[in-house]
Amino acid sequence: MAIVLDIGIRLAAVFVAFLTLPLIVGQMEHKGMAHMQSRLGPMHAGGFHGWAQLVADGVKFAQKEYVVPAGADRTIFGLAPAVALLPYLLVLLVIPLGPGLVGLDLGIGLFFVLAVLGVGVLGSVMAGWASANKYALLGGMRSAAQLMAYELPLVLSAASVAMAAGTLSLTGIIGAWSPWWLLAQGTGAVIFFIAGLAELHRPPFDMPVADAEIIMGPYTEYTGLRFAFFLLAEYAGIVVICGLTTVLFLGGWRGPFLDEQLGWLWTLLKVFALAFVVIWLRSSYPRLRADQLQRLAWQVLVPLALAQLALTGVLKVAVS
Amino acid sequence: MKVPGLLTGLAVTLRHLLRRSTTRQYPEVEPELPPRSRGVIALHADNCTSCMLCARECPDWCIYIDSHKEPGADGGKAHNELDRFAIDFSLCMYCGICIEVCPFDALFWAPTFAYSAYDVVELTHERDVLGTWLDAVPEPARAPIDATAAEAGAMVPDPMAVAAGRVPASRSGAAPEPVRAP
Repeated sequence: MAIVLDIGIRLAAVFVAFLTLPLIVGQMEHKGMAHMQSRLGPMHAGGFHGWAQLVADGVKFAQKEYVVPAGADRTIFGLAPAVALLPYLLVLLVIPLGPGLVGLDLGIGLFFVLAVLGVGVLGSVMAGWASANKYALLGGMRSAAQLMAYELPLVLSAASVAMAAGTLSLTGIIGAWSPWWLLAQGTGAVIFFIAGLAELHRPPFDMPVADAEIIMGPYTEYTGLRFAFFLLAEYAGIVVICGLTTVLFLGGWRGPFLDEQLGWLWTLLKVFALAFVVIWLRSSYPRLRADQLQRLAWQVLVPLALAQLALTGVLKVAVS
Repeated sequence: MKVPGLLTGLAVTLRHLLRRSTTRQYPEVEPELPPRSRGVIALHADNCTSCMLCARECPDWCIYIDSHKEPGADGGKAHNELDRFAIDFSLCMYCGICIEVCPFDALFWAPTFAYSAYDVVELTHERDVLGTWLDAVPEPARAPIDATAAEAGAMVPDPMAVAAGRVPASRSGAAPEPVRAP
């Protein structure tokens, strides 16, 4: 009985985190990006500096009609938002927040995370194919091409961490982490973060949803709550990628002091600092073209990731 | 590699983040306009002689004037009596030619700007409304500068204009260019 209660509390906590953290990141983007553009952002919803803007957006989305295009594949069209959203919920389940504060401490956590993350992108490919819309199809194809290019550096840089830590467990990796990793795994951290951004279609890698060229890419035909799910998936994705970068490269709950008691605080601070960087990059850089995107992946990130992997191997042998 | 350029880009957005944003919270916070802002055209009907110069010079023909000739009392000099003076602000392009051309200082720029309406018809304002905006017209900045000269008696308001009642007592500073006494 105690086990069932424990599992229930853990699942509920992960679900609450899944619903609140993306909203906080979204609000941070609203306000941060606005101020980076010398604007104020939302100021009215909720009274104080528009804190309830995303709640109001959610209510608006819920009221909207669910429209399916005549030529669309109805089943796939309806499933795509769930396929895009659910993997991030599953990944959030295994990301440790503090010592012992983890939904599910999986022995092969890193393997599980990388496998499930790739599924999320399938959601936009499905949406693009099922919409019976040429813009959606173009966006879906771009999305698939981007996934192919950036999955490799993502996995290679994560493999470097796994090799350095000697374990696939995410809590084990945090246990094996030392501040020297910031130096030794620094390149890997940058590669992992950039490749993660590309997986999420975040600017400057937002070519699949480039609204100036192909309207909204795979999400062109979506309305109401299903469109909101895609948006939620994007922000949940930011939380997950920032959380993974924190866990793998920045030491997770390990902070300057009181790791045992304040671990959750250090983790959240690191995650939100990285989320700020995501927003910062979005408001600073223009969108990459298709060829620039592929060149960055194959000619810069993949060789660098391989070099990082070799460096980690050499260090591992030299130290032991 | 283009790393320095990328860092410059990040620095630009960070600088804007730390700076005060330029947004004005208009409906909540009234804007601080320069005192001589050209918001609306106000009418001092007492100064108007129905000479029609403004209506004829108006590029949009948005000034409507009706008047009739009133015989002077006891066989005195007849004068024009203004029956209607209206400006259609849905046509007005705020060029200010009417104000420039008025020889009797009946038209003024007022800084009032919040007079939008739900229907274009409501944007045609009659003389009573045009008169209310007169309160917002700032006093001329010239008066205090010339105060010492006026005290010395070197400068007096145009006696003709005062006599004809064209220059209101409170607004005497806005009179036509004062004549320098010989």
